[in-house]
Amino acid sequence: MTRGEFRTLMTGLAFTSPWILGFLIFTLYPVAASIYYSFCDYDVLSRPVWIGTLNYHDMLTDAVFWKSLKNTFYYALVSLPLGLILSLLVAVLLNNSVVGRPAFRTFFFLPSLVPAVALAMLWLWIFNGEFGILNYAMNWAWTKIGVFAAWVSAFFSDAPLHWPKPHFPNWLAEEQWVMPAIIMTSLWGIGGTVVIYLAALQDVPRELYESADIDGASTWTKLRHITVPMISPVIYFNLIMGIIGALQVFSGPFIMFGGSGPNRSALFYAIYIYQNAFEYNQMGYACAMAWVLFLIILALTWLATRATRKHVYYAGE
Amino acid sequence: MKIRLFLVFVCLSAAGIGIAFVGGCAPTKSDKTADGRTIVTYWEKWTGFEGDAMQAIVDDFNKSQDRIFVERLPVSSIDRKIMLATAGGDPPDIAGLWSWAIANYAEKGAITPLNKMLAEAGISKTNYIPVFWDLCSYRGFTWALPSTPATMALHWNKKMFREAGLDPDVPPKSLDELDAMAEKLTVVQIDRKGKKARVRYTDLTPEEKEARDFSIVQLGISPAEPGWYNQMWGYWFGGRLWDSDRKITANSPENAAALDWFVSYPRKYGLRNMQTFGATFGNFSSPQNPFLAGRIAMVIQGVWMYNFISKYSPGMEWGAAPFPSKDPAKTPNVTIAECDVMAIPKGARHPKEAFEFIRYVNSQAPMEKLCIGQRKFSPLAICSPDFVQKHPNPFIEVFSDLARSENALYVPQISIWNEYVEEMNVAYDRANIGAKTPRDALTIAEERVQWKFDRIMRRWDKVKEERIKEWSQ
Repeated sequence: MTRGEFRTLMTGLAFTSPWILGFLIFTLYPVAASIYYSFCDYDVLSRPVWIGTLNYHDMLTDAVFWKSLKNTFYYALVSLPLGLILSLLVAVLLNNSVVGRPAFRTFFFLPSLVPAVALAMLWLWIFNGEFGILNYAMNWAWTKIGVFAAWVSAFFSDAPLHWPKPHFPNWLAEEQWVMPAIIMTSLWGIGGTVVIYLAALQDVPRELYESADIDGASTWTKLRHITVPMISPVIYFNLIMGIIGALQVFSGPFIMFGGSGPNRSALFYAIYIYQNAFEYNQMGYACAMAWVLFLIILALTWLATRATRKHVYYAGE
Repeated sequence: MKIRLFLVFVCLSAAGIGIAFVGGCAPTKSDKTADGRTIVTYWEKWTGFEGDAMQAIVDDFNKSQDRIFVERLPVSSIDRKIMLATAGGDPPDIAGLWSWAIANYAEKGAITPLNKMLAEAGISKTNYIPVFWDLCSYRGFTWALPSTPATMALHWNKKMFREAGLDPDVPPKSLDELDAMAEKLTVVQIDRKGKKARVRYTDLTPEEKEARDFSIVQLGISPAEPGWYNQMWGYWFGGRLWDSDRKITANSPENAAALDWFVSYPRKYGLRNMQTFGATFGNFSSPQNPFLAGRIAMVIQGVWMYNFISKYSPGMEWGAAPFPSKDPAKTPNVTIAECDVMAIPKGARHPKEAFEFIRYVNSQAPMEKLCIGQRKFSPLAICSPDFVQKHPNPFIEVFSDLARSENALYVPQISIWNEYVEEMNVAYDRANIGAKTPRDALTIAEERVQWKFDRIMRRWDKVKEERIKEWSQ
């Protein structure tokens, strides 16, 4: 290294030093400390006591840990594919040249700007079993269908049609409906993903579509064989971000249920970490859980990368 | 030139980090006022009129002497913030906590025992209604002194009683009587031959009761409302939640009987009907609170309920009486007692001055002023004769008498109470929706809490001697 190169290196380091120091102090140190604490009985206030792998061992027998893991996977497995497909479809639609396209794009993006707390309060009212607009709308639609059905059946028989009066779910109070409700709320935030898809869609070469048109390809064929392969790196990116986001979901359910929901049906992994760390003062256990989550995300990301390797197309290669 | 630039950057970032550290850890402002008085920082949970009432006491204290100046700071989620501030080594001098948090804070060494200072000041159990002194004790030490106390009682809506043909001035004397009155007070809407009719539950035919195909318009009582004390319903059946030593007794026959009673309501009125009715309730602190809105005729609530009645439903005719127990002859006047407390966090810079203020609040005149301001009763053993007359709550004596009852019970003094509550809520949920029988649900809860409790006790056994020595100093 010449003197000049050394000087350049030093200048570069000097310019990045605020970040480097910040990273070392506020990120690397806490991360390293959390590894240590995960092997300790640590309640934040007293000195941590080394207990070896007991925290990890306890997780195996902690039924609530498994429940939170199960809930989180259930959520991820349904909401992630649903979100990816729906946002791709919306992006493709918004990519068409229609009148007022910028306005439509804005409408779809707007919801993802609403703060999580405001959103959670909003959903609380939408899902309200008695006054909620969701049940109101379903009830309205069901009644209208009933009127129509009665009108049709009058042509065939004289007996009045018995149109059943269904019980619509009390979304946030009934255990089995809690997760579907949370998944619905997650779809509200697809705007961000849509924008990323839209950017990628702009980059797909027009001539590919033109030649496909000449060959008489249908819309579906074009989507399947041109659009999706051409934007596959972006789908891959959204998949990875989606996995990470879905496994770390916290704020929405936390605000909506203020804890774990009926029979712990809304207890997500991140919420259980929070409860252990800040409500039960089991910081050591929470750190261990956080590291297990990290390993799970790492493994899933690696799996996703492996599984999609053959299907992701990079123009440069 | 470049070297100089480099140096400038190093200095700048070093200064930046330095400021961040110093700002986070060390006192940034002087702890003396301009006229040389010691500033005592006091974090308290109250806002609104409760905050004003406390501020008046703080002002009185600051005027009464010239050595100490108390600065009150309203803090939300105070339990967590005090825990973190104490862990970070910069706690306030006085922490306004809840009595049920004492065990956890004491065991973790977050607050300091007051025994020595209490002995010097000549303050002892005889100065208080015993239950409130007990609430401030843990493992033989006293960790805090009360600021304002509370007990729970039955509140009932007299107008709804009258409409149901009940004597509005006679509350139920036993739990069975309460159940029977609740049926009369319950109004449902039902389809009768295509016509919608509003009828009292007691006027339904046996078949209609069996079918439960109605919607609830008003309810006599819901054991799930407000749901804050579900885990302690067993107290009204003579149950306890632990054996005061190492055994969790969530699944005792009495606690199981309490859960049986709890689930008898969704079984009687229909789980779905109850859930749908429950979805119409607004926030506790709003006119849509089901009791304040006249949708539930009876509710268990603390001494503070009067404030909410006068704020959101000022015209309501209501009464308060001890919540009846299953066997009133054996266990009369059951209540849950709790109190707001003032403690001195470990690492507080001015413990002596802090105690001065706590002692001031716990003397008769300021305490009565504070408790009238917050519409509570005094936790002190001696109360001035005109306190009750001056008090705006017409039923204040119900609450203070309950505090003196031998069945004034409180949450188990164990450091994992938060976990206990969570497990019991899950158990009540499971039994409520019929996913588990009350027995099974409580068995699971008891096993889980016991498992956690054993872990805590294992740790306690290791540090016990060291801790007790430290606390005795």
